[in-house]
Amino acid sequence: MTTTAANSGTTAKTPTAKSGAPGAKLNMKDRYRVMTRDLGWEPTYQSREAIYPYVEYEGIKVHDWDAWEDPFRLTMDAYWKFQAEKERKFYAIVDAHAQNNGHLHITDGRYLSALKIFLQAISPGEYAAHRGFARAGREFAGVGTQVACQMQAIDEIRHAQTQVHALSNYNKFYDGFHAFADARDRMWYTSVPRSFFDDAMSAGPFEFMIAIGFSFEYVLTNLLFVPFMSGAAYNGDLATVTFGFSAQSDEARHMTLGLECIKFMLEQDPDNLPIVQAWIDKWFWRGFRVLGLVSTMMDYMLPKRVMSWREAWNIYGIENGTALFRDLARYGIKPPKGWDDAEQAIDHMSHQFMLAFHQWNFGTSFHTWVPSDEDMDWLSEKYPTTFDRYYRPRWEHIKKLEAAGTPFKNVGLAQLCQTCQLPCVFTEPGDPTTLCHREVEYKGEHYHFCSDGCQDVFDNEPEKFIQSWLPMPHLFQEDLAGSVPDWMQWVGLINDTDNGEYVGSGDEQNFTAWRRQTTSNS
Amino acid sequence: MTFTSTKEYVGVPRDSVEHFRGEQLVYIAWHQHLLFAAPFMLCVPPQMTFGDLVHGPLTMLIGPDPDAAAVDWDTVVWTKGGKPFSPDPAKSLAENGIDHKSWLRFETAGLNSLCGV
Repeated sequence: MTTTAANSGTTAKTPTAKSGAPGAKLNMKDRYRVMTRDLGWEPTYQSREAIYPYVEYEGIKVHDWDAWEDPFRLTMDAYWKFQAEKERKFYAIVDAHAQNNGHLHITDGRYLSALKIFLQAISPGEYAAHRGFARAGREFAGVGTQVACQMQAIDEIRHAQTQVHALSNYNKFYDGFHAFADARDRMWYTSVPRSFFDDAMSAGPFEFMIAIGFSFEYVLTNLLFVPFMSGAAYNGDLATVTFGFSAQSDEARHMTLGLECIKFMLEQDPDNLPIVQAWIDKWFWRGFRVLGLVSTMMDYMLPKRVMSWREAWNIYGIENGTALFRDLARYGIKPPKGWDDAEQAIDHMSHQFMLAFHQWNFGTSFHTWVPSDEDMDWLSEKYPTTFDRYYRPRWEHIKKLEAAGTPFKNVGLAQLCQTCQLPCVFTEPGDPTTLCHREVEYKGEHYHFCSDGCQDVFDNEPEKFIQSWLPMPHLFQEDLAGSVPDWMQWVGLINDTDNGEYVGSGDEQNFTAWRRQTTSNS
Repeated sequence: MTFTSTKEYVGVPRDSVEHFRGEQLVYIAWHQHLLFAAPFMLCVPPQMTFGDLVHGPLTMLIGPDPDAAAVDWDTVVWTKGGKPFSPDPAKSLAENGIDHKSWLRFETAGLNSLCGV
């Protein structure tokens, strides 16, 4: 094959050939072909196997790479143009936000905790996705796939950058934003997305595409971004709304790429089905565990709430997910194995997480609080079968301990799940009074899990998951030797500043004082 | 199949006992007492007696629960790794067969102030 339009051998229909004038514009279809498919060539100095050594070992059989469809038919030059326009708009608004003290327009300083979690847990995931797609673009053997992955790699680093830039304005005024990169690698509550991305990036290119392109981008991204960006809009955070909008059109492209990849694999060979199904089961569950952070943000951290986590799940999980898996049923794909357990967990997970964050808030780079009576009434209304029975009594007891001047701090560190790395805060399906515990013996060591879903992941790849780096056990290992102050320094957490209760924090005092200055003379 | 890889692949566990400076991890859960969001993780020497573990760190940790004062350690029911377990409080963790990352749970029937049982 050739690499230029002029001598590509199929130029009969191109305007260039018709007009004979060099430099005449190509139509969109030809332009797409010239700028993507025609960029590839058949190697002669090296074998395809030597150039693409990772496309076969996962067991996915591909007979025709050209069958890969690119629904957006976006070429690199058009991509640059679109993205540059988005960047210009984004930075204009972020500048205006900074110059107009946009940080004082948010509903309440409590909202900052949601932003801190986003910056520590999610933005570094965008960067990890950038690295992963750069790698996938190199490892896949088809040009259409390579170009699509390359664009997504650039999208992802742009998302990481725009998020960091948008939130850097808050870092000028508030605590807990400053060490997000260290927090991502070392903090106990961010190790869930870290391990998610590390797992995906150390998998082969096809599994990576299922993990990020399909599970995260297609099945779960609406549950992450739609509620989060609506939450930002409801709570007056123009900076976050802006990076959300700037990313939105990219996300549409990513979702399409993820779906295209899964259909491509399933259409190429019937032997691919069981491999793909196992990945869907695995990555749905891993993604669902990451979403626990989002559930807490929605139900507890937004001063002005958009909808409950349950309501979001009903729309973006059940409705969209059911439609998707109905569509994929013709390939033989079944809904993910953990789907029913996930559905049961929806009415519990945000409460379980927030109770956990609050009792370990000496180790969080954000503030927590006991929900107000009004908040608790809202939670009762949204979770009529679970909140009053299981969770309100715990909050009321915690409130009582705080009022008595003996606030509840759980100084016992938490058992973590070997797979998702979250504290094992989840209860048995069907029994919200009993913590779920699964245990496996492997090569003479005990391994513990928060759920059947996480144990399944381990059972399928034990040699990978015995290597999990678990932040809480690490605190007791050689370098930190159980010292909490040393641990705080290592994770970038400033004690009595970044952590603890919202009420009485520097964030609360500053937000209140600065806001007062905008409406009064004192 | 333990891992799909391009060649033979053997993982090295990150949390094996030799990393814990002569001590070991023990996980303990109080059944149906979910004020404590997850099982406790304790790092203790294997020579510590079971009684010292219970009356020392464990008693301190469960203090904030309204049922804590009513716990009768002589009658609680223990399991280890999900199986019935009768620890001897005078013997060490090692002698009781509580090795690194053992998972213990105790039940205190009748004490259920906060859990919505």
